[in-house]
Amino acid sequence: MMHRFMRKMVLGLSGLALVGAMAGTVQAAEPADVFIKRISSDVLDTARDNTRVKAGDTSVILNLVEQKIIPYVDFQRMTALAAGRFWRQATPEQQAALIAEFRSLLIYTYSGALTKVADQRVTFQPLRTEPTDGDVEVRSMVTQSRGQPIQLNYRVEKSGDGWKVYDVNIFGAWLVESYKNTFSSEITKNGMDGLIKTLQAKNKERAAAFSTSAAKN
Amino acid sequence: MNVFITSPAANAVTTDTMAHRRSGRYQAMLLASAGLLLLGGCASSGAPREAAQEVSSQDGRSGVKGDPLEGYNRAIYSFNDTVDRYALKPVASAYRDYTPSFFQTAVGNFFGNLRDLYSAMNGILQGNGEGAGLDVARVALNSSFGLLGLLDIATEAGIPRQNRDFGQTLGRYGVGAGPYIVLPLLGPSTLRDTAALPVDFYGDAWSYMDPVYIRNIGTGVRIVDKRAALLNATGLVEDAALDKYAFTRDAYMQYRASQIEQARHPEDFQLDPRAQAQ
Repeated sequence: MMHRFMRKMVLGLSGLALVGAMAGTVQAAEPADVFIKRISSDVLDTARDNTRVKAGDTSVILNLVEQKIIPYVDFQRMTALAAGRFWRQATPEQQAALIAEFRSLLIYTYSGALTKVADQRVTFQPLRTEPTDGDVEVRSMVTQSRGQPIQLNYRVEKSGDGWKVYDVNIFGAWLVESYKNTFSSEITKNGMDGLIKTLQAKNKERAAAFSTSAAKN
Repeated sequence: MNVFITSPAANAVTTDTMAHRRSGRYQAMLLASAGLLLLGGCASSGAPREAAQEVSSQDGRSGVKGDPLEGYNRAIYSFNDTVDRYALKPVASAYRDYTPSFFQTAVGNFFGNLRDLYSAMNGILQGNGEGAGLDVARVALNSSFGLLGLLDIATEAGIPRQNRDFGQTLGRYGVGAGPYIVLPLLGPSTLRDTAALPVDFYGDAWSYMDPVYIRNIGTGVRIVDKRAALLNATGLVEDAALDKYAFTRDAYMQYRASQIEQARHPEDFQLDPRAQAQ
């Protein structure tokens, strides 16, 4: 009898310890919306106050993006989702190449948006998930002096003690979903290598445009 | 410029004659729309897939499923793009760069105000009394303190613009979007929204403006102003897209689906008027 009781005690105590440990780690991490708020305020404040950014100095902009945005984005997952069922069929080299090219495309494309940051204000809507959820959608609205408010949502996943963004939604359109069809029709026509080549060509154009613009500044 | 906030008697006279003149055309439009709607209702809707859940998607959308009119659409898209590039965009860029910004803001706000009234009506049709009430509050605030709509003080006060249209109302009640259609000059649409357009025109307060030359000038300015407001967004599409047509289509269909979702569950999209600025 003592034996069984002891066993129960040990089990019970370990159970408690485990729950305590888990609760401890969850509380130590910041909630997803706080994370997004922190990152986006940081980026927006920098973009707004930095005159070089506003002037369109591309090296400064790219630097800003590298430092304050890239570390928090899961490009691998984003690319895998955009490639859909073709992802599994690709070789590791193709996957790596695709991730790199897609990442460049997104950086070149959306860095430009940072020059337009002016008087926008961002408000966040309450999270609709449990604090222990590992995959969360953070919803926000961007209000500006002209035009209607812009809905801006993020899909974030837990990554270690923090979060990483793997999809963004503007005006109801998810980024990954918007590229899915283009990727899939390109792959169907020219294969995965064809898609990678197309992206490379486009990125080369953009890089050239960026460096001439940087040279001007 | 007194057509909109005026005595009920004057309104009744104008709308009576308007109604009489339009009744024949209106009925024809209504019949046509009903026909299109029936077709649209039967067609599948373009609901977005949950991108997050499907890593290996059986979507198989090689651009044909959900876009059965792709050939026609691409042609019209090309046409619109050409007209835009050589006619509309240069004018809109000049407008943005050379007209005083307070004028641009005033134009945008003025037509936005008219739109708010129509949006309120759709709010009621959608069963969203609170949303409709907010739109009415917008119109009241902006028309009075906002100098007949030239200033948008309602947004400052925390009541954002909603832009409900009739296509959204239909979608809210379950009418599927139907295939993606690119309309000449008007751009992306769906079968359902195309069918709903006549109602949107009918509900457009500016279309009742007399004399006609003022109405036309106003419409021209409104189009240019709208295009100017979208210059940044279209620049982004140029940069972001591998295939501009497909990108525009896919983003648009999701956007539209999200608007329908907003109409079905307005409580999920509320802005907190007391929210802090960042």
